[in-house]
Amino acid sequence: MAHRTFIRNFIFLSTKFSRHKNYHNHRIFSTTVPLLNKKQIEITFVKANGERDTVKGSIGDSLLDVVVNNNVDLEGFGACEGTLTCSTCHLIFSKKDFDQLPNKATDEELDMLDLAFELTDTSRLGCQITLTEEMDGLEVKVPATINDVRA
Amino acid sequence: MRTLCSNAFKRFYSTQLIKKKVCIVGAGPAGFYAAQHLVKCLRSVEVDIYERLPVPFGLVRFGVAPDHPEVKNVINTFSKTAENPNVRFVGNVNLGTDVSLKQLREAYDCVLLTYGAEQNKRLNIPGEDLVNVIPARRIVGWYNGIIEDSNLKIDLSGPTVAIFGQGNVAIDVARILLTPIDLLKDTDITQHALEALSQSKVKEVHLIGRRGPLQAAFTIKELREMLRLPNCNTLWCRDDFNGLSDVISSLARPRKRITELMLKSLNENSISDRKCFKPIFFKSPLELSGTNHVKKVLLGVNELYGDDILNGSARLTNVKEYLSCELAITSIGYKAIQADPDIPFDDDTGRVINEKGKIDNGLYTTGWLATGPTGVILTTMNNAFTTADLICHNLQQESQKKGFNLIREYLQKQNVQSVTWDGWKKIDNYEQEQGRRLGKPREKLLSIKKMLEIAS
Repeated sequence: MAHRTFIRNFIFLSTKFSRHKNYHNHRIFSTTVPLLNKKQIEITFVKANGERDTVKGSIGDSLLDVVVNNNVDLEGFGACEGTLTCSTCHLIFSKKDFDQLPNKATDEELDMLDLAFELTDTSRLGCQITLTEEMDGLEVKVPATINDVRA
Repeated sequence: MRTLCSNAFKRFYSTQLIKKKVCIVGAGPAGFYAAQHLVKCLRSVEVDIYERLPVPFGLVRFGVAPDHPEVKNVINTFSKTAENPNVRFVGNVNLGTDVSLKQLREAYDCVLLTYGAEQNKRLNIPGEDLVNVIPARRIVGWYNGIIEDSNLKIDLSGPTVAIFGQGNVAIDVARILLTPIDLLKDTDITQHALEALSQSKVKEVHLIGRRGPLQAAFTIKELREMLRLPNCNTLWCRDDFNGLSDVISSLARPRKRITELMLKSLNENSISDRKCFKPIFFKSPLELSGTNHVKKVLLGVNELYGDDILNGSARLTNVKEYLSCELAITSIGYKAIQADPDIPFDDDTGRVINEKGKIDNGLYTTGWLATGPTGVILTTMNNAFTTADLICHNLQQESQKKGFNLIREYLQKQNVQSVTWDGWKKIDNYEQEQGRRLGKPREKLLSIKKMLEIAS
């Protein structure tokens, strides 16, 4: 009897544990095409508290894809999944990098950016920036959110 | 073997015991974002989200306009939170009737109230109770499937509509009234609304605001959408914009861009034989009149006073004018209700009394219930994260609370059938299937009884 309880609890705990683990490794959406022979570059996200997260992204992906695919810990990032209806993927570029971005912001992107906190002249939405080879080593600042206020 | 077993047993039960128990009341954006942050920050926590309706997502389901499906993508994030093993959705449980705040506080270490602001504010002017004077909230409910609003009597046989208020809810209603019906057919708009709108004779929608273009409450995305609406002209009163070109260069970027967009549109030629969207500034409704059915509104002309050109207050002048309208819609904001007598509540502002989200030890609030009904989803998200963070820091380490097990007893005694997340998924599938038959992404259920049948 005791043996059976033990086994039941063991199974229960282990499924519970593994489900918990899965949750952290799994994101629901991705807009990326399969990674076949695609060149990868490095991108660094710098949080307002100075914390840095350097990850890899493929040419052709958006900066939102990079955050999603690498599970970069940016809470609430990309709420509308890249459909230009929120501003949760707001990122701030250096003046130099901003000027070199291949595409300029459209009216629709600027409309959403106008609702963002800490809007700067070099702000863009991550979902609208497509990685090019020239962006290797790019650093982008993530505006202050609750993740940083706490520090 | 016996020792091993009893240790495992002890560990199992002790983790159950020390798990902190948090309950959230209201499964809208504020509730889900708070839950997301709580399970992220507290490793050992049980978060139970109670919802008055059998279905989750609050204003994302019942507020976001049917022609804005992208905004609803956030449901994917919320669903992921709901499926976290430490989160439990408890639908069809109403605070104040099925369960009391006292009972929740007895069962949980912390109670977070996020049930929003659902009551429309009244204009408090004569004639507000005439036929076809309708709060915007009810029209939104009518086209979005709020059960109490599905029988709304709305007469769309007259050509002119006056909407009082210029926020995004007002502009959503204006857009739905003016959008060519073919563009609404494949959205999740309720079938009864779609049928009524297809017979609509509405030609002109006035969007009336107390203050001027610099104070306009709608956001630029919503305005741009109106300007691009097929078969519809946007017409402004040129006088409302007097002197604006002089101050425009001094404005911060967001206000500057929206003002420039209005000025640009002001100078565009209109095309004949189209419907009209007419934003009107500096006017306050004073009286609605008609015999039985609303026929016209008396508008008082306002002037702005105060030093700050961006934040001037409106003051009535002696000038008045009439505007004919066969439908009048009030959209001047929402207030929350006091769901339970134990909630400290400010009737004037329609908000729960709180200090940065904290009401009392172990009692918190966030979202529109706490802040009042302003801001976009980003605002609610940041506020919810902040309040959830405060909770994470204030929660006691040890927990002796029974959580859902205790509430379940109460609910069983009262014969309340609660809806689990799996129950919601059954409803979700059913609604999507019903939608497919009509070529729509979803046809929302309009009966609690039917929802409960499907969920069980």
